[in-house]
Amino acid sequence: MKNLKPWLPLIGIGVLALVLLAVAPSVLSMHWINNLGKYCCWAIAAVGIGLAWGRGGMLVMGQGVFFGLGAYSMAMHLTLESAGPDSLPIFMILYDPLAPLPAFWEPFRSDLFTLLAILLLPVIVASILGYALFKSRVKGAYFAILTQALAVALAVLISSTIRETGGDTGLSDFKYFFGFVLSDDGNKLMVYLIAAALLVVCLLVVWQLGRSRFGELLIATRDAEERVRFLGYDPANIKLVAFVVAAVMASIAGAMFVPIVGIITPQEIGASASILMIAGVALGGRASLFGPALGAMAIGWGQSSLGSSWPSGWIYILGLLFILVTLFLPMGLSSLVGKVTGLVWRPRATPTATTPAPEFTAPEFTEVKK
Amino acid sequence: MTVTDGSLVVTDLRVEFDGFVAVGGVSFDAHPGEVRFLIGPNGAGKTTCIDAITGLSKGSGSARLGGQELLGKPAHKIVRLGVGRTFQTASVFDELTVLQNLDIAAGLHRSSLSLLRARRGVDPAIHRALEETGLSRELATPAGILSHGQKQWLEIAMLLVQDAKVLLLDEPVAGMSLDERTATGELLGRVAATRTVLVVEHDMDFMRRFASRVTVLHQGKVLSEGSVAEVQSDPRVQEVYLGTAAAPSVMTIGREDD
Ligand SMILES: Nc1ncnc2c1ncn2[C@@H]1O[C@H](COP(=O)(O)OP(=O)(O)OP(=O)(O)O)[C@@H](O)[C@H]1O
Ligand SMILES: [Mg+2]
Repeated sequence: MKNLKPWLPLIGIGVLALVLLAVAPSVLSMHWINNLGKYCCWAIAAVGIGLAWGRGGMLVMGQGVFFGLGAYSMAMHLTLESAGPDSLPIFMILYDPLAPLPAFWEPFRSDLFTLLAILLLPVIVASILGYALFKSRVKGAYFAILTQALAVALAVLISSTIRETGGDTGLSDFKYFFGFVLSDDGNKLMVYLIAAALLVVCLLVVWQLGRSRFGELLIATRDAEERVRFLGYDPANIKLVAFVVAAVMASIAGAMFVPIVGIITPQEIGASASILMIAGVALGGRASLFGPALGAMAIGWGQSSLGSSWPSGWIYILGLLFILVTLFLPMGLSSLVGKVTGLVWRPRATPTATTPAPEFTAPEFTEVKK
Repeated sequence: MTVTDGSLVVTDLRVEFDGFVAVGGVSFDAHPGEVRFLIGPNGAGKTTCIDAITGLSKGSGSARLGGQELLGKPAHKIVRLGVGRTFQTASVFDELTVLQNLDIAAGLHRSSLSLLRARRGVDPAIHRALEETGLSRELATPAGILSHGQKQWLEIAMLLVQDAKVLLLDEPVAGMSLDERTATGELLGRVAATRTVLVVEHDMDFMRRFASRVTVLHQGKVLSEGSVAEVQSDPRVQEVYLGTAAAPSVMTIGREDD
């Protein structure tokens, strides 16, 4: 039993993969497959937030920025692909049929460039931003507000450059996805499967990071940054790695969001979208492996079912849920699992069961020894 | 004492906070083979000296480890040169186990890529440090539930596995029972055989039993220096301790061996 414990998360990921990749496609209608794909995208971003915030202590309130980088990279590519070689996107023709394609659009005609941009743009932006912030030791609320402000800024920038980016209307009406016709159900299923598979990959990455020495160091940095510095590490570098990984995941999430949902607008990357991403992570449990992903999926589901049938009520339900979880389960719903298994495991694992359990009891962290 | 690679030589160290001189030209040296004590009343500047040597506060003057100047280097680089410290309040990573705490401390010489792998087995240096500090049975205990004394030992063990040449310990026996103090003093004696150990302490009895050489600070300046007996008989030291709230400790200073 004890030897099994370190591998439980892996088994969990396996089960989730089975459900998303095999069970869901065979039982769900295309409509729900598409919705599930959308939740998977939010879950991918959430997995990254779980790493940066839950384990690294950085309250990343502006993941919309990186979500947006990936989403707009993909959307520009799909827009150009739909327009056909050498032609302008339709919304640009409507403004001025004779204007040339803006220079920053041009490289997105290439498949390879687009894929590289989705992966590397967030690396570049997050590295520069993170380096500046972490080296000058910006943290806590200042860090949160700063990242949030960037998300707002990017959303405003896109809104105000309607001729270059489509503005508030966003980019939509994508016909092709790297050569595949998007209206075809088989191709839609394929896009969903890619998103679901990417979610599984992201979970695997965070699982490995969590059990690695880096993962221990990240938690140590979260809890006592100065102490880590006096063990000979530069905490800025440790945080930077987690921040960049989270940014890449958000970008991948944005990129897959575009072909699945079929439209991207500044609302999807602005302040409230960024906060909604955080909300899912907080509900699910920021420091656990599955909490962020499942929380984000639950919020996504609530958003698209309740949120569309009863929009005014939904926002109150969400708010209430948030308050209750913050009050009674500060480490999210997944800490319930930790508490329950803790009751089963703890008496044997630690003889000193009388001392208060550490507040942080997500199962995959009580951890790992041979 | 001869200066070796592991010697710490501080010369004319000055630290100011917005014009307030916390340390005003302090010089002392510490070498492997001795348990060096830095004492002084509250606010004398003891912690600030350690902060400056380890890069936490900005200081001027010089602090050299062997031939290397430490002042002006970033904190984590100073650690990598071999200077380890503890803090006045025990600071271990509460949510990590003793093993994980030590593993992080042992890891500063590992390559960044190897950080991405999970730990397999236990570093022999960690086993040695655990035995040295008597924590072997606590390997899997979360550091947060260790007793106060055990936390302090864990901190010393962390310095041992990071293979620090110089250990700067800020009040390592504060809050310990008499038995624990004795154990700590003996531990420091063993550690000092091969490393430089500098202890900041308020506990005069502990100092009297375990110090080889003592420097007394007062208001940011060196008041006296020498063996325990020399320092105890220095009238200026007696005056400082009599003239402050720490007066009772002069009795402890003066008290004969029990
Ligand atoms: N960051 C700081 N900013 C301003 N003043 C400081 C700072 N750190 C220390 N001081 C001041 O410098 C003086 C020396 O403080 P320090 O902490 O070094 O004393 P200490 O000898 O360690 O005392 P204690 O025995 O109480 O720990 C004190 O007057 C303190 O108020
Ligand atoms: Mg002090």
